[in-house]
Amino acid sequence: MGVEGIGASVVRKEDKRFITGKGRYVDDIKLQGMTHAHFIRSPHAHAKVKGIDSSAALKMPGVVAVLTGQEIVDDKVGNLICGWAITSKDGSPMKMGAWPAMAPETVRFVGQAVAVVIAETKNLARDAAEAVVVNYEELPAVADVHAAIKSGAPQLHPEAPGNQVYDWVIGDEGATDAAFAKAANVVKLDVTNNRLAPNAMEPRAAIADYDSAEEHFTLYTTSQNPHVARLVLSAFYNIAPEHKLRVIAPDVGGGFGSKIFIYPEEMVALWASKKVGRPVKWTGDRTEAFLTDAHGRDHVTHAEMAFDANNKITGLKVKTYANFGAYMSLFSSSVPTYLYATLLSGQYNIPAIHAEVVGVYTNTTPVDAYRGAGRPEASYLIERLMETAARQLKVDPAALRRTNFITTFPHQTPVIMAYDTGDFNASLDAAMKAIDYAGFAGRKAKAKADGKLRGIGVSCYIEACGIAPSKAVGSLGAGVGLWESAEVRVNPVGTIEVLTGSHSHGQGHETTFCQLVAERLGVPISQVSIVHGDTDKVQFGMGTYGSRSAAVGLTAILKAMEKMESKAKKIAAHALEASEGDIVIENGEFKVAGTDKAIAFPMVALAAYTAHNLPDGMEPGLKESAFYDPTNFTFPAGTYICELEVDAGTGKTSFVNFVAADDFGRLINPMIVEGQVHGGLAQGIGQALLEHAIYDASGQPVTASFMDYAMPRADDLPSFNLSHTTTLCPGNPLGIKGCGEAGAIGASAAVINAITDAIGKNNLEMPATPDRVWRTIHAA
Amino acid sequence: MSTVKLTVNGKAVAVDVEDRTLLVQLLRDHLNLTGTHVGCDTSQCGACVVHVDGKAVKSCTMLAGQADGASITTIEGIAKGDELHPMQAAFRDNHGLQCGYCTPGMIMSAIDIVHRYGGQLDEATVRHELEGNICRCTGYHNIVKAVLDAAGRMKVSQAAE
Repeated sequence: MGVEGIGASVVRKEDKRFITGKGRYVDDIKLQGMTHAHFIRSPHAHAKVKGIDSSAALKMPGVVAVLTGQEIVDDKVGNLICGWAITSKDGSPMKMGAWPAMAPETVRFVGQAVAVVIAETKNLARDAAEAVVVNYEELPAVADVHAAIKSGAPQLHPEAPGNQVYDWVIGDEGATDAAFAKAANVVKLDVTNNRLAPNAMEPRAAIADYDSAEEHFTLYTTSQNPHVARLVLSAFYNIAPEHKLRVIAPDVGGGFGSKIFIYPEEMVALWASKKVGRPVKWTGDRTEAFLTDAHGRDHVTHAEMAFDANNKITGLKVKTYANFGAYMSLFSSSVPTYLYATLLSGQYNIPAIHAEVVGVYTNTTPVDAYRGAGRPEASYLIERLMETAARQLKVDPAALRRTNFITTFPHQTPVIMAYDTGDFNASLDAAMKAIDYAGFAGRKAKAKADGKLRGIGVSCYIEACGIAPSKAVGSLGAGVGLWESAEVRVNPVGTIEVLTGSHSHGQGHETTFCQLVAERLGVPISQVSIVHGDTDKVQFGMGTYGSRSAAVGLTAILKAMEKMESKAKKIAAHALEASEGDIVIENGEFKVAGTDKAIAFPMVALAAYTAHNLPDGMEPGLKESAFYDPTNFTFPAGTYICELEVDAGTGKTSFVNFVAADDFGRLINPMIVEGQVHGGLAQGIGQALLEHAIYDASGQPVTASFMDYAMPRADDLPSFNLSHTTTLCPGNPLGIKGCGEAGAIGASAAVINAITDAIGKNNLEMPATPDRVWRTIHAA
Repeated sequence: MSTVKLTVNGKAVAVDVEDRTLLVQLLRDHLNLTGTHVGCDTSQCGACVVHVDGKAVKSCTMLAGQADGASITTIEGIAKGDELHPMQAAFRDNHGLQCGYCTPGMIMSAIDIVHRYGGQLDEATVRHELEGNICRCTGYHNIVKAVLDAAGRMKVSQAAE
């Protein structure tokens, strides 16, 4: 590796603008003549909208317009879509109610918009919103998933009787029942996977600008995938055809899944900018984020695992109720099905699995993909089951896992996924060594003497990343292909622009993607720019989520680089009067192997553009593009072990050590990879100890600000002890698996396994707040 | 409306604002200093931290009028030309930022922490003092490293002055 090539911890190129206050986020942008939008949102979880009186607001100074849900319906703006079709076990398609961008008739969650005020300033828009009178007729509401499926429960959508979106199954029920019939031991567990609010630090924002002369829209938006936004806005929402809509996602302050989706506010801003003939800006506040950003998780699950007399797993049965909230968000249907149940084999040989997932509407904020999306729920369930089993079978939890590890690859699980490679023993060994697992008993005894309850918890996670290939996801119901595109533009002076359909909102693409170019050409990364986040610049792209940017996006860049290099070699060979096959690229030069004949890369680039002396028939220029569609998902895996102490008097948990041993395949920039793991671990630990988006029985959110929702803060978390084991991914030429979600997927089970070990009681729900831990310790 | 006169990053300014204008709105909307961010509106996240007469203050919780006569330093005002403030350099060198949104507030808070402790900091103190700044990306691991690193660098650079 070179100092800036693959494997080097290169300091990030993008940092200079962020540390000097020169980042350019959507809310930083001002357009000439810009107006400001403020949404009027339902205070009720379920109600009929009987009337909206905006007459007083319209008389206020600075008010440009008050637009309502009925108007957006009248203008035939499309309803929001769900892009992944799921089929129930009875063969019926999933049952969905309509989701208009602003509600004309019925509101189904607190925070759903019914109207929008457009005014000269943000403050004036807020003032005027206070003067709009909305007459609601309250309806009974339901927030809890079990309450929602009871007969007599308030019904959300006539299209979905019993509030049931689907009842979906995967696996072989007969084989699983047979395994349980013969089991030596059966372990049972009920778990709730608590609802979370994603809380990227930058609230969502949008600026829409309509050019009436060109009949063209520009949308600046906080998106992880601007091309997908343009596609959906064009194809389904009738905003504008794609060539008349430019979507720009500039610097975006974190996403974690919540900025994948196309939300009502962007649609309304676009529609309103044409209606009022001026640019319209909307910037959400934190409470709006809690009310309207798609939430994550919210599963209630019963699971049973069958073991033979040798403690080998023989079967797994799972039944999960997934709370979707009031509407089906863009990819919500896939999260508790193909992103969850397909990972239920974990790292283990499980011959028979059967899972049933019931998707349920409730009067709460819609739920969709949040960091890990389905895989944290699967990993948490499996790793809590393994720990429970170890306790019930009275064997060491690490040893029980080892007994059941998959050790030969490829491995076909009973739930679709074919794991390509891995070494689960290696990561377990590395984590056990890092935490001195063997010495734990002594440390526990010493802690006991000091009056503390000490526990250790293991979590061996696996995830499926890349979220591809297109053919596979298409066969499972996805409405889009999940490839990635890239373009490599070499300028006449030899500088390089790499255009990518991936989007960086913290991941460091502007550095890591340059490192690939540096590795291949031997040019400094200062000669390379990464261009992303603008549909007018980048040909197309599917965006960033599912830990896919390196495994899929960077591979697309590699493919475009290979094409460019092939042409450049022909030009170099022609200039050097050598055979193309003898040309090698080293340190920024194209050389004839074994000779001192060489031509510098900028001279090759210049030759391509002057076109004075190109091989016969060659087109001028040096620019290539590629679309890359992988052959399989990638399967990052690893082991996390948490050691902690619980104060029996207060229920408070204190970390002693947290170790992570991850196998992400090849690392491009280890510093950035470790940063991704740190952040993921914090979110996983946050779920385990602190975070919970809570609704009361009437559907009122009680955690709608940082005053109420416990975000992990610096003093809630330990420093982390990270290491890597490596098996290269055979599915892509760079051997990359992806690292963005691992921490959030694996951490929460390690924490809960450790606390329950410390307190000697197995049943403890997340978040394990001091109150809940104390009550569990002292429960009869 | 009132005229607020203050010094921002060493430059005297007078701005006519509505009385309800917050300091962060004055900085972002009137002076185009968009490095100071708003992340929560409830004084919890610290993305809006600036220095008011040398002390870290959440600018979303202070009226612009209350800053009349004060000297404000924002993230845009701490580097000396092309020379980064040691805290800025430490955040970059330790990968103490990812999406960058909380970063300006983190850096401004961290500088104040180092000053208040005279550079005598340990991990537990840094974590406790950063309680009012929320980051969703980094898990704080590298932010804590950066602050400890910068505490050393700032002491060195002060000693050199």
